[in-house]
Amino acid sequence: MNETVMVLIRTFGILAALLSVGGLLIWLERRLLALWQERYGPNRVGPFGLLQVVVDMVKVLFKEDWVPPFADRPVFVVAPAIIVIVTLLSFAVVPFAPGLAVIDLNIGLLFFLGMSSLGVYSVALAGWASGSKYSLIGGLRSSAQMLAYEVFMGLSLMGVVMQAGSFDLARIVEAQQDTWFIVPQFFGFIVFLIAGIAETHRLPFDLPEAESELVAGFHSEYSGLKFGLFFLGEYLGITLISSLVAVLFLGGWQGPWLPPLAWYLAKTFLFIALFILIRATLPRPRYDQLMAFGWKVCLPVALLNLLATGAFVLLKG
Amino acid sequence: MNFLFYISAFIAVAATGMVITRTNAVHALLYLIVSLLAVALIFFTLGAPFIAALEVIVYAGAIMVLFIFAIMMLNLSSATVQQEQGLLAPGIWRGPALLCLVLAGELAYFLTAEHERLSRMDLVPPKQVGIALFGPYVLGVELASMLLLAGLVGAYHLGRQEDETKGER
Repeated sequence: MNETVMVLIRTFGILAALLSVGGLLIWLERRLLALWQERYGPNRVGPFGLLQVVVDMVKVLFKEDWVPPFADRPVFVVAPAIIVIVTLLSFAVVPFAPGLAVIDLNIGLLFFLGMSSLGVYSVALAGWASGSKYSLIGGLRSSAQMLAYEVFMGLSLMGVVMQAGSFDLARIVEAQQDTWFIVPQFFGFIVFLIAGIAETHRLPFDLPEAESELVAGFHSEYSGLKFGLFFLGEYLGITLISSLVAVLFLGGWQGPWLPPLAWYLAKTFLFIALFILIRATLPRPRYDQLMAFGWKVCLPVALLNLLATGAFVLLKG
Repeated sequence: MNFLFYISAFIAVAATGMVITRTNAVHALLYLIVSLLAVALIFFTLGAPFIAALEVIVYAGAIMVLFIFAIMMLNLSSATVQQEQGLLAPGIWRGPALLCLVLAGELAYFLTAEHERLSRMDLVPPKQVGIALFGPYVLGVELASMLLLAGLVGAYHLGRQEDETKGER
């Protein structure tokens, strides 16, 4: 009984922490963007503008929950929930510290890949169900983009799996006792980071919602709480990819002096900041450039990395 | 565990039924995805988490996305919905349903009468399947891969656009 209570506390604790981090990231992103662009950003509501999130949330909650008459109602309503659910589910396998994970699954990495591949539906269905051409083009772009980048997202991680000899994320962290995988798997790291940015369709890979040409892409017709879910899903996605980079390539909770959880949080935060810095600096490529870059650069690099790692593991073992 | 199995099995069967009877292609595909996820959960409860993960990644995550992608491009109108409704006329599904009934009878027979033989059957782990595929059956695998490659090249050729302004390239 005691065990069950502990599991419940852990699960809901992590859930609550993730949801508040998702909200806080909105504030963090606006402040950091402002910092890098020589502005102030939101600094009026509460200390350092921290309560801006609360105010925004209240605004979103009180907006009219509206479904356009030309939309496919059931699919339109379900679509934004999918991205939040699958991203939160992915966090179930992330080890935050020794023993601090919702579930210690021996196929943890595959579980994450499966969940991230289901995330495509959210965007594709939102684009289709909206019944508007901008949304449809956004949905089409995003499904093509996410399908393409998923391929080598998985491939770039297989080098890590080979070296650690396990799909279990906790085992992978333990295997990085001596050297972090960012050293032997440097190319895997780069490819995974790029694919991760594309999977969360963040700038510069935000072609599905390019506001200069597609209004707001797949979520043009969304407003109020349903739009809020897309927003939350995006920030949860950033957190997820950053945590996975930290866990898979930077040794997760490992590090001297500080407690394990602090190391994990520091490494994750570093990559969240990197995500925002990239948004603040890089311009958006053309859509064909994006796809060409994926298939002609990232895929070969991932495959070569896999080949080299395979040869290395064979020779060593 | 048994209880969980029956819940996911029921969802799988119900969702598959919905796939067949929906007239809107996207709705049908959504039910198909639910059915695939339910089957993945069945694999998981049966103690095959690896197969469950592959089911989600390959079928629900990749193949079905391609289906949705294709259907989104087709922009199906209400005319196709009517056409689909025509397909649900009893004359069309009577034959397949009869054949499926035979299969269902066979399955029921195996599960009841031949129960002992089934439990004595050797389980084939994925590793053994892999070894068999790339050992004695390697020729078959290579032939299948060549067929796939031919299909790929053919599809590329069919999809190629002639550059009319520049003439021959």
